[in-house]
Amino acid sequence: MHNLADIREPLILGEKSYGDITHDVVSPIENKAPKGWYILLTISAIIAIWGVGNILYLIGTGIGVWGLNKTIGWAWDITNFVWWVGIGHAGTLISAVLLLFRQRWRMAINRSAEAMTIFAVVMAATFPGIHMGRIWLAYFVFPIPNEFGSLWVNFNSPLLWDVFAISTYFSVSLIFWYIGLIPDFATIRDKVKSPVMKKAYGILSFGWSGRAKNWNRFEEVSLVLAGLATPLVFSVHSIVSFDFATSIIPGWHTTIFPPYFVSGAVFSGFAMVQTLLLIMRKTMNLESYITVKHVEYMNIVIIVTGSIVGVAYITELFISWYSGVEYESYAFLNRATGKYWWAYTIMMTANVVTPQLFWFKKIRRSFLWTFILAIVVNIGMWFERFVIIVTSVHRDYLPSSWSMFYPTWVDIGVFIGTIGIFMFLFLLFARYFPVLALNELKSILKVSGEKYVKNK
Amino acid sequence: MADKVFYALYDDDDILKDAASELVAKGIRVNDVFSPFPIHGIDPIIGVKKTRLAIVAFIFGATGLILALVGMRYFMIVDWPMNIGGKPNKTLMQNVLAFIPITFEFTVLLAAHGMSLTYLIRNKTLPGMPATNPDPRTTDDHFSMKILLSENTQFSSDEVEGMLNASGLVELNQKDI
Repeated sequence: MHNLADIREPLILGEKSYGDITHDVVSPIENKAPKGWYILLTISAIIAIWGVGNILYLIGTGIGVWGLNKTIGWAWDITNFVWWVGIGHAGTLISAVLLLFRQRWRMAINRSAEAMTIFAVVMAATFPGIHMGRIWLAYFVFPIPNEFGSLWVNFNSPLLWDVFAISTYFSVSLIFWYIGLIPDFATIRDKVKSPVMKKAYGILSFGWSGRAKNWNRFEEVSLVLAGLATPLVFSVHSIVSFDFATSIIPGWHTTIFPPYFVSGAVFSGFAMVQTLLLIMRKTMNLESYITVKHVEYMNIVIIVTGSIVGVAYITELFISWYSGVEYESYAFLNRATGKYWWAYTIMMTANVVTPQLFWFKKIRRSFLWTFILAIVVNIGMWFERFVIIVTSVHRDYLPSSWSMFYPTWVDIGVFIGTIGIFMFLFLLFARYFPVLALNELKSILKVSGEKYVKNK
Repeated sequence: MADKVFYALYDDDDILKDAASELVAKGIRVNDVFSPFPIHGIDPIIGVKKTRLAIVAFIFGATGLILALVGMRYFMIVDWPMNIGGKPNKTLMQNVLAFIPITFEFTVLLAAHGMSLTYLIRNKTLPGMPATNPDPRTTDDHFSMKILLSENTQFSSDEVEGMLNASGLVELNQKDI
């Protein structure tokens, strides 16, 4: 039996039994969805359709409909890509890294965080796809036989590393998520009464029966996948940062990028998890499982990663001056005081200053404050990528090439559209999938359930 | 040969674990246990061996590592050497630093997918497979222990039944097969 220190707060509140956990998760799937769900689904579907329309228009017309110009060849497309990949990082961090550290609080949130990861990575992958312009030639990024073209793809290029990193990350996260879902689909299969649902969940559950040997393998697979996914998650955002760091644009060409991007990714990912979970716990009555303690733990991760990001910003500024390189110093001075000073200010405030409010226990244990600050972080991290990308390229070596970036309605439409598609997918997940990892929660009930903690 | 199967249903994992150790101590062989979550510590009691899936993952990972290196050597060194920014590309050793990221990604890709596929096949959990748990409650809040009479020939059917009934179960199902 596990021993729990007395100062540990229970992670499952209320007098829950194994059966109650199943009931709390399966009944929303079985019952009719609340009206709010239909309203939200409709809104997100409209935004999603608008987004898809924009993407189709973009593909049909060409990327000239974006606000890019000859100086700024990369703007919102890559900003959105990095933003979405970053958001994806929290899911794998929660399910893999926290599994290796044996953190029990991850169990209530890992399922939805992983779902978020998968949808976010899908959204991220859209951008490199559509920014190619001729998306029907997208298969050229894969190492294909020479007859197709004249050359092999360039394995020295971080852009190709990205292809491998993102596709590996997406598919490994997907199987990690699905392997955890199989036993929970089996629980739903055995619990629901409607024959159609029974059949559907029967297929999804792959005939899982919960034999002792099955569980033995399940635990091994979870552990090894966590071990593989942990370096993977760090490598993916490091490689995303190489896209910039290996180029010789002042402002991009810095060695600090990999750790800085990885902690920024975790930072923004946790903020998005907070945003989604705080709504979900309220609307789906998960207050017993996603408790104030879970929110506090996540806020602590936000302070830590937010502070690392802050240190990185300041280090960058210092090094640009200390390097003595004129162009490098100018890039950073221009970032903070040039035409884009407002974007830089939003970034600094939202990522470095406001998250520090979480040092106050009252604030980090308040759902309202958490929700507000998490949204602020989401906005701040979008601006971080915008600042890094646009301010570095908008001043060229030749002042005659200096330029500004103005987004067109297609830029905006595609970005807002991906948020719609993401929300649409997440709402479907929340309705039809087990939103908590049932089998994992049941295994910690006797250790961290309130009933058991009190009677110890 | 006529056989008989006993399904003893418990409503707590610890009770089942204690019951299993007692029965095993008396010489009963437990065929299988069905549970809604992994019961830690049950495997050595009922004689389930540690899985070798981690070795599978290693083999797949090693394959990925070698394939990636062999592939990139062929693409970039042998078939069409590219001069990129004047970086040395005469031999694999000179160019290998730039190949590390993809080598790593491909190693993880093959290890994760290879192990997961092996896991699904070994567990016989594939799309369209029928569920084989004896009672729908074993994926919810009940735990079932399966005992086959043919594996416990030293006991009579009534003896097994008696021992199971004394083990704190909530329900006993028997079936001639």
